[in-house]
Amino acid sequence: MTSIALPAPDPNIVAKRHDIVAGLKGLVGPENVIADEDGRRAFETDAFTAYRRMPLAVVLPTTTGQIARVLQFCRKAGVKVVARGAGTSLSGGALPAEDAIVLGVSRMNRVLEIDTENRIARVQSGITNLEVSNVVGGEGFFYAPDPSSQLACTIAGNVAMNSGGAHCLKYGVTTNNVLAMTIVLMNGEVIEIGGSFLDSPGYDLLGLMVGSEGQFAIVTEVTVRILRAAEAARPMLVGFSSSEDAGACVSGIIGAGIVPVAIEFMDGPAIRVCEDFAKAGYPLDVEAMLIIEVEGSDEENEALLGRIAEIAAAYDPTVVKVSQSAAESAAIWRGRKSAFGAMGQLADYLCMDGTIPLTALPRVLAGIARICETHGFRVANIFHAGDGNLHPLILYNANDADELERAEMCGAEILQLCVEAGGCLTGEHGVGIEKRDLMQIQFDDIDLIQQMRIKQVFDPDWLLNPAKVFPLNLRSAA
Amino acid sequence: MPDVSRPVDEGELSQLVAEAAHDAIALEIIGAGTKRAVGRPTIAERTVTTRNLRGVTLYEPRELVISAYAGTPLATITNELDKHNQRLAFEPVDLGAMLGGGLGEATIGGMFATNFSGARRIIAGAARDHILGIRAINGRGELFKSGGRVMKNVTGYDLCRGLAGSWGTLAIMTEITVKVLPKPEETRTLLIAGQPDEIAVEAMCAAMATPYEVSGTVHIQEQLASRLATEVASSAGRAITALRIENVSTSVAYRVEQLKRRFSAYGEIVELDHRESLGFWSELQALSFLWQSQDPVWRISTAPTTGIRVVRAIAGYMDCRVAYDWSGGLIWLEVPRSADAGAAEIRRVIATLGGHATLIRAEPSVRATVEVFQPLEAGLDRLTCELKAAFDPARILNRGRMYSHV
Repeated sequence: MTSIALPAPDPNIVAKRHDIVAGLKGLVGPENVIADEDGRRAFETDAFTAYRRMPLAVVLPTTTGQIARVLQFCRKAGVKVVARGAGTSLSGGALPAEDAIVLGVSRMNRVLEIDTENRIARVQSGITNLEVSNVVGGEGFFYAPDPSSQLACTIAGNVAMNSGGAHCLKYGVTTNNVLAMTIVLMNGEVIEIGGSFLDSPGYDLLGLMVGSEGQFAIVTEVTVRILRAAEAARPMLVGFSSSEDAGACVSGIIGAGIVPVAIEFMDGPAIRVCEDFAKAGYPLDVEAMLIIEVEGSDEENEALLGRIAEIAAAYDPTVVKVSQSAAESAAIWRGRKSAFGAMGQLADYLCMDGTIPLTALPRVLAGIARICETHGFRVANIFHAGDGNLHPLILYNANDADELERAEMCGAEILQLCVEAGGCLTGEHGVGIEKRDLMQIQFDDIDLIQQMRIKQVFDPDWLLNPAKVFPLNLRSAA
Repeated sequence: MPDVSRPVDEGELSQLVAEAAHDAIALEIIGAGTKRAVGRPTIAERTVTTRNLRGVTLYEPRELVISAYAGTPLATITNELDKHNQRLAFEPVDLGAMLGGGLGEATIGGMFATNFSGARRIIAGAARDHILGIRAINGRGELFKSGGRVMKNVTGYDLCRGLAGSWGTLAIMTEITVKVLPKPEETRTLLIAGQPDEIAVEAMCAAMATPYEVSGTVHIQEQLASRLATEVASSAGRAITALRIENVSTSVAYRVEQLKRRFSAYGEIVELDHRESLGFWSELQALSFLWQSQDPVWRISTAPTTGIRVVRAIAGYMDCRVAYDWSGGLIWLEVPRSADAGAAEIRRVIATLGGHATLIRAEPSVRATVEVFQPLEAGLDRLTCELKAAFDPARILNRGRMYSHV
């Protein structure tokens, strides 16, 4: 039993599956089409695994031209298209439908150009996020947005969801780091937006494309800004006996004019689970902990962490521990980065993704505890404190059908609380199907209708990733 | 002179636009009008200014966020931020004086509608990168919102960036929420005089490839440098190349030393201290090197290493005076007056080498006849027209300001 309704597939399309598959094979070659059941099953869900739908077929083109032909074909046949990078979406952004094909860009993963002098890299969109940093790393550069899934997730998916990461307080999210892209519209038209320069001419189509959740066009090539890496980075841990103190400490640091490259918050349950799993050296007798990282030369980092420690001292920390070695730094981050894996060993979980104003943290955390207690779920909170992005992990048992629905209700109440506190439903995971029906908590119908009018500019027949982002009942109003 | 409407709240503005849409009355949308002389002359029966929609509605320094009505003067925002030692990190460009008006009058709405960012854009992002949320009225008179007041927000499509740089042709922003950042403890500048463009761009690109977070890289040719008020820059009688370093004082000292060591081979390095640096960069922010002439000015964005080739090619056609920002990627180009302000040649060069060019200063008669904004490829042009229709189906908002058919 789940609470998110998915539209019934169009039986006329499903009935034509054989012809559709044959047509696609003719366009891109049989080696780039997956039509057998076992093969398709690998694509029936993304990282929002509670929902699964078997697609008509999976197409994995190798060129922009092939994608143009596939889209033209699908438009003519009225076949829906669900774009897919690596399938790491936590909001069901890449969830297929039975009357849709999956169009994956994973075989388009080449680096096309690296230009360190002009500080850009041009890549095919199926390359993984981390690979971009790897290929420019030898020259001392990196690609800044660093979502937790960066080992697997693709630039195409990052563009679709405007992915962020732990370091976006300083370096921004995807939209701040993209200079150009090649897109293919549903009618097969290939359009180049932007170039190897800053600020594209005309309307900000790059800005609209980033975060459009695969609903406007298929992105096949992307030019990203690459940055020179700092000389070194160094984290420190600060433990507190209450989340109020931790939140106030973050305000105090920022208020003093210091913007660290990352400020991560973990609550008591998150600390204990991660420590148990990763042996990161976290203090177990605290109720909240901050990981604060700075960048610069060793001397600069030493000085800046010293200043941060002085500021933190005013907020009654119970533990202050500055990393003294590369091994200690790695351990500190290993604990934080293992959070999702560690939770997964304990139970199934729903990962919420609201953003809140920092000053609302204590109130929101208390509210989350109350909501989860009412529903009978345990919860652990991880928070990108610098930018207000809160990840409550609701632990539940997926084998109990009723529990998923109750966990989803619990999550919806938490997100409602985030919006009421002045925040939003999703900071970096996207709306997908997960938060589709909650959009009216944050937006009026007029807000959503204006967005849907833009969708119609790019995809007038609503064939690209339909039934996502917008409440289904609003479609006719646009 | 068309009628001027000065709505005082969103409700009045919304009603005004809805009525205009109903009666198909074209509206010129302005803030303070400091950039009114940029773009194609609009065809409008009535002017609407957001100037009376003013005031800061939220400022939370500990969360690095400020909100204000669109007509709030930038100077008001800056004064508020000064009280908490914060700033708009993208360094908004003030076109007022170079267009014959005053400084500090521009509104926050106009700033985001035009998306002109200063020297720090290379490290801090553009104006559009700092918008967190907007409220706006589309060409139907409907009030809508996008984004919010938090730093990270992917809830729904990103209409904040969608409206940035749209010159009031899609919707009228009424309230804007912006990310702000602390001012650094110290700023210093390294100046090198007498470098040819090629060498200067090489040095600026090399500076950006160091880990020292250089936050400004400009190279100003001799004729324009001589117009600067910062004496050490203008008195050299030569081109100047400047690198800016901002950070906590201990880091600035270390980084300046590292950069000096690395760049001493380019020539004698003069160092501006904190106070001198602030003066120098605020002068650049107001484009003071373009004040003393009323000749046409183009703004060209291209890849840094392409910039010198663009300038060289254009210089083959006309006498031009140049300042490079963004380590060579942004070119302020002053050209002699002519019927098309050099548009034919400049557009041809850009089409060959890549980038985009906007005519910033020219007589209205010139702006009415040449493409002021970069002409778009067919596919982009079609999307542009359809986006316009998605926001403003009656085409009443700043009709023709960017493109004659938009």
